[in-house]
Amino acid sequence: MAEDRIEREIVINAPVQRVWEVLTSEEEMPAWFSGATATVDLRPGGEIVFHWAEHGTFHARVERVEPPHLLVYRWSLLPDEEPDTGNATRVEFALSAEGAGTRLRVVETGFAGLSGDEQRRLRHLASNRQGWDAALAGLQAHAGAAGGASSAGEQGRTGSVQPTRPT
Amino acid sequence: MRPCLQQSAQPLAALADATRREILDALSSRGEATATVLADDVPVSRQAIVKHLAILDAAGLVRGRKQGREVRYGLVPLRLEAVARCLADVATEWDRRLLALKRIAEAAEVRRRR
Repeated sequence: MAEDRIEREIVINAPVQRVWEVLTSEEEMPAWFSGATATVDLRPGGEIVFHWAEHGTFHARVERVEPPHLLVYRWSLLPDEEPDTGNATRVEFALSAEGAGTRLRVVETGFAGLSGDEQRRLRHLASNRQGWDAALAGLQAHAGAAGGASSAGEQGRTGSVQPTRPT
Repeated sequence: MRPCLQQSAQPLAALADATRREILDALSSRGEATATVLADDVPVSRQAIVKHLAILDAAGLVRGRKQGREVRYGLVPLRLEAVARCLADVATEWDRRLLALKRIAEAAEVRRRR
């Protein structure tokens, strides 16, 4: 297992400039980036803000940008936080021409780089969240059994619930 | 977003050290071992092994039980598996994003060429 790095790539039958435009476009973001809406300030030090109705708002800070070939940002693991060295991963998109198309590579690193304080806080948060999710799930089940109107579709939270696994 | 990463942060930090990975390998081979025994397998001092084991224990990757004056350590394989699964899920999410981006870019290119 590569402990601290995820690397993925894909070949796209479109020119580098086209891929860059889609990659950095606010309008296109919800269609490809896991449904997030986003604001994008594509300057070094600029902010990218991702928003999900069910997960919250996540901030990223642009570190390097060399259109149309390179975009690097750091983004916080937790919502509503400014990314810094203790709480964020680094994401790098690299685009290179391949024939008439584009090879797009993404590398995400820094999963292990959380500071000790941050780790304690995250564990506390995760355990709190599991507790609340379990409590809410129990309430929903109870409401369902009693003829309540809640539908399965209202579990918009399901994306954020981590099933409790024995550890 | 990606809540399993929050729970995986501490074990990932523990795994980021090569000596600790060697200790986990040795424990995987032996089943259970004390720091004294592990100092034979891993080229650092017993004192260093003890410190590394404490970090691995705090991360939930090993568990110790006292036996006489020493502590015998064993792996907690479910924890390691959970971390591996978490990273695999994150990687899968990136695959989905890249594929979706590919479809959009290629469709835009087809429209442009018409």
